[in-house]
Amino acid sequence: MNREEIIETLKTIIEPYSEDAAALADIDENTDFIKDLKINSANLVDIVLDVEEKFNIEIDNDSMAKMLTVKATTEIIAQKLEEHAGQ
Amino acid sequence: MDNRVVITGLGVCAPNGTTINEFSDAIKQGISGIRHQPDLETLNFSCQIAGKPLLSEERISRYFSPLELRNLNSTGIIYGVIAGLDAWEDAGLNIENNNEPDWDSGTIFGTGTSGIDKFRWAINKIDALEIKKLGSSVVIQTMASGVSAFISGKLGLGNQISTNSSACATGAESILLAYERIKTGQASRMLAGSTSDSGPYIWGGFDAMKVCTFKHNRDPEKGSRPMSATASGFVPGSGAGALVLESLESALARKAKIYAEVCGGHVNSGGQRGLGSMTAPNPVAVQRCIQAALRNAEIEAHEIDLINGHLTATSKDALEIENWKIALQLPDDDFPYINSLKGMIGHCIAASGSIECVASILELSEGFIFPNINCEDLNPDITALIDAKCIPQTVIHQPINILAKASFGFGDINACIIFKKYPHE
Repeated sequence: MNREEIIETLKTIIEPYSEDAAALADIDENTDFIKDLKINSANLVDIVLDVEEKFNIEIDNDSMAKMLTVKATTEIIAQKLEEHAGQ
Repeated sequence: MDNRVVITGLGVCAPNGTTINEFSDAIKQGISGIRHQPDLETLNFSCQIAGKPLLSEERISRYFSPLELRNLNSTGIIYGVIAGLDAWEDAGLNIENNNEPDWDSGTIFGTGTSGIDKFRWAINKIDALEIKKLGSSVVIQTMASGVSAFISGKLGLGNQISTNSSACATGAESILLAYERIKTGQASRMLAGSTSDSGPYIWGGFDAMKVCTFKHNRDPEKGSRPMSATASGFVPGSGAGALVLESLESALARKAKIYAEVCGGHVNSGGQRGLGSMTAPNPVAVQRCIQAALRNAEIEAHEIDLINGHLTATSKDALEIENWKIALQLPDDDFPYINSLKGMIGHCIAASGSIECVASILELSEGFIFPNINCEDLNPDITALIDAKCIPQTVIHQPINILAKASFGFGDINACIIFKKYPHE
């Protein structure tokens, strides 16, 4: 799965958590979940659970703490997918 | 000076009606909401019948966002939010465009326990070493104040937001707490009410205590028999009732519809002394509670037209009637009418008081007395105390002016409220 495909899948995961339709339409690598999408910080753990399920990966606590933007989240997903593929 | 307090909005999620119109029709006609529950039968419950509000997915989705619905597994929160938001709308209070909290409005919305199915799910996850999978939805649905938190967020309430808990007196107590808040000028409007979860995990403890009937699993609508000679235990119920309490000044200023006035009331405890225990009421405390409620409301016993009793359909019904009789000290031929909604909806535990108060307010405002069902064979211990004509078995259409409502709960606690018809001049 390439970066673009990861971002596209990530968008569908994030969508239910934001009520800001305009910001959702403008998602790019630099989008910040809380600042730009106004996502309730309590829901970040739910997004991580959805990511784990969708990509069939496991995300450790350290990685989870970094998943605040589309860019960081995409990188972590890519890295975990790669580790997974290597197993 | 103390504020006068009136009721300007009603909402209900009851086993025999989930809108005010439906509920009002049902209680006039004596329609039962008690049904056989296949899950209780599968789980070997002694009592396999119960009262549960019937709600479609579509109805629920009108009150919750898709994100909230995703992991929502708390029937009590669903019932409470539906009843609460309906009451707010019924009061003509707008929730659109209120970007600023309404500093003068709050809620006291009680419950016994919250999100018991969610709690069970979370415990199973934790024990399966899947703690991380709990996500963010467990705390907000299992904290006791979950229901008041959901309601206040949806309505943008900025005054006191709290959840009271006093067993089966919870609903009546919530109204008195809200009443005090407005009476003393600390709020203009308070949404009072209470809710109770459905299902085996909330009802199981009562089943095991053998306080529920096991004789009516094949004829559920006959199962809940307050004041009957063949009463054999209560039928568990669930749901929510909600009432908007408002200062008379605020209600008049915005030309709100006024259903009735809250004249006053009292809460107390028998201290689990004398005949009182964790599960049995101390009769002296019950009598004192009723008398103190009347004094607080400045109403004389002979002015009461109708009593909405606690009357759960156990052997304690006659004792309750005796307590009313001793407390009111009225001549034998002048006892008020008395009725119990539990014949139709069962005992809705923490929600019982608020649902029964919604019924009481409808009786006052529309001028009727709902029928007692399933007591065609009146308990002789009761008819030895009061005339059978005080216990109507068909609906009576007549104006009533003063209604006394009482609820009693485990822990030997009591609550009594006095409501009065509001004269529309």
